[in-house]
Amino acid sequence: MLSTRTVEDMDSLMLSSIVSLSAIGFVSASVLFVASKKFKVYEDPKIDLVEKLLPGANCGGCGFAGCRNFAEAVVKAGKLEGLNCPVGGSSTMIEVGKVIGIEVVVCEPLIAVLRCNGTKIHAVAKVKYDGAQNCVVAHSLYSGESGCPSGCIGLGDCVRVCQFDALYVDELTGLPVVDEQKCVACGACVKACPRNIYELRPKGPNGVRVYVACMNTQKGAVAKKNCEVACIGCMKCVKVTDSKSVSVNNQLSYIDTKVDACVHGPALIGCCPTGAILGVKIEGNKSVKSESHS
Amino acid sequence: MSDLKTFPQGGVHPSDQKLSAHKQIMVLKLPPVVKIPLSQHLGAPAMAVVKKGDKVKVGTLIAQSGGFISANIHASVSGTVSMIGESTDTSGYLKEVVIINVEGDEWEDSIDRSSDLKKEIVKTREEIIETVKNLGLVGLGGATFPTHVKLMVPPGKKAQILIINGVECEPYLTSDHRVMLERADEMLVGIKIIMKALSVEKAVIGIENNKSDAIKHLSDKIKDYPGITVQPLKVMYPQGGEKQLIKAITGREVPNKGGLPIDVGVVVQNVGTAFSVYEAVQKNKPLLERIVTITGKSVKNPGNYLIRIGTSIADLIEAAGGLPEDTGKIISGGPMMGKALTGIDVPVVKGTSGILIMTKKDAKRELQGSCIRCGKCISVCPLGLEPYLLYQLSNRRKFDRLESEDVMNCCECGSCQYTCPSSLPLLDYMRLGKLEVGKLIRARKNN
Repeated sequence: MLSTRTVEDMDSLMLSSIVSLSAIGFVSASVLFVASKKFKVYEDPKIDLVEKLLPGANCGGCGFAGCRNFAEAVVKAGKLEGLNCPVGGSSTMIEVGKVIGIEVVVCEPLIAVLRCNGTKIHAVAKVKYDGAQNCVVAHSLYSGESGCPSGCIGLGDCVRVCQFDALYVDELTGLPVVDEQKCVACGACVKACPRNIYELRPKGPNGVRVYVACMNTQKGAVAKKNCEVACIGCMKCVKVTDSKSVSVNNQLSYIDTKVDACVHGPALIGCCPTGAILGVKIEGNKSVKSESHS
Repeated sequence: MSDLKTFPQGGVHPSDQKLSAHKQIMVLKLPPVVKIPLSQHLGAPAMAVVKKGDKVKVGTLIAQSGGFISANIHASVSGTVSMIGESTDTSGYLKEVVIINVEGDEWEDSIDRSSDLKKEIVKTREEIIETVKNLGLVGLGGATFPTHVKLMVPPGKKAQILIINGVECEPYLTSDHRVMLERADEMLVGIKIIMKALSVEKAVIGIENNKSDAIKHLSDKIKDYPGITVQPLKVMYPQGGEKQLIKAITGREVPNKGGLPIDVGVVVQNVGTAFSVYEAVQKNKPLLERIVTITGKSVKNPGNYLIRIGTSIADLIEAAGGLPEDTGKIISGGPMMGKALTGIDVPVVKGTSGILIMTKKDAKRELQGSCIRCGKCISVCPLGLEPYLLYQLSNRRKFDRLESEDVMNCCECGSCQYTCPSSLPLLDYMRLGKLEVGKLIRARKNN
């Protein structure tokens, strides 16, 4: 029956609860306050500021385990040499520079470029591989379905490591395609590829760029046997430009990243007898990759 | 027959399919051209000592050993060196080769080509090892480890037993079987020579029970060779693995993490190696030819051929009746551990024990499923590893954990993949794991 408890009883009960809980709260607060003063670890407030500016994808593209580690490294170093967040790009790095008190000079944005054009049509498969669907495994077992020991295997290790959904394997060509809009040049694909086919190159003015889409260092005749569009090291590309812009080592041409694609692009693409030189947003590609449509 | 010995842990029973077991060894006719790779052995590649245009005889040294673990290479034919170039190996990658155009068949004068058995061993221990080293002998069981290295017992260790591996546990292959039947006396003298080099008193020839004719034949022959015994073994794959064979015959266990048979006082040599040791030491003949099995369900004439090193596999297939129409895969080696070829214009090397042509039906890989945690791979692993776990770790690139799970002990026998009901590519990923962990270990050593 309720009548045994009076209103006064309830009041005193509430009062004692409030008093005792407040006392516990006060004691705990003082302990925490003392502890926070006594055991305080000094952390540069800039680290938090820098971390807030970063994209927070924790992709590891900068070479650190996550954005927090990158922020710590930036603040500790006090400079930005060798430190770059490829995801955030120049706008983020300018802001980061402001926090640590230095001025940032903007350089060109980069993009991952697949240096192989050995599509199913150009590099015809001679054998069929049905083993583990993993590029590293396949690379350690044999030279590839077309026989080219440097060409893309097409089993998509790069697609699996891409955190930004910027890669997919084109069913028609059998080659991975880089999505220009999504690629942030974090370099994960560069590390994942067992044949080192990817390169981070400048996107170029308005996306105009030119590069050698081949990694084959075999002699011309051997390389051509496996792939129609292999670089055969004929030196024609060196002749139309100069030896500083284009270098040929081990029967393989390499176009320097500083070469102005708008000026030299059409000539470079036009001179290549096999079509190993590809351009993006340049007329006259001998073998048009789906990437250049974007 | 319950008294037959075998190794205690794991193992599988693939159907043995020894189609060419009753085919006598035949000599393959000389090819018009041979390509002799400079890296046919485990260890550093040899360095060519001939140049374009040089005339060579059979047995002329063409490449010098490139280090302690390496082997000399000799011309297997007589003729002119046409090129020191590159040619694809079994994997399709280019490797350095010496190409010789065959002209006649002229042998070096130092080689004794008579067929009479020379039983008396006149050479001393040091001379035997020196001869084996100079004549480029390597283990013919498949791993092609230079033989002279195995004959030199490191200081502080002592060999007690020599085990001769006549197990040939790979299905289809019969080259060792034929050596035991047709070259028994030579092989037994070879064993005696190895015993002298190692200064051991006891040698055991391990043979699986499916080769009862070889067991019987050798049991008769060994009466003239004191110290040598024949040990019949239960049929079980991978009994031909060094560690498994030692465990089966002696009960001793080779220590994990880089332990060698010599640590338990054992040296293992293949029967084919014993035969080539005889030829080298008694007849001064370098390792320039070997017995290769050509087999497969659809092959017209499966057989065993004596082939000069460097002959194209295409010539061998031709001799066996040509490439069958329903060829799905051509494998160098046996079906369990062999490597699929990317082309047939690949030279036979010192380690080629057989060429297996599989039909399309047999070569087809089953559709890969998911791991159902049945544990079959664990129960068949002869080394007590957990293949399903190693597969997962390798797939997720957790290489430090892989190392602590002893992935480096894996002998790549493929029993796990053979038995997996979900047809997972367990071995492929374990090989990947071994590759990456090997890199980690080397990096740590260098730092």
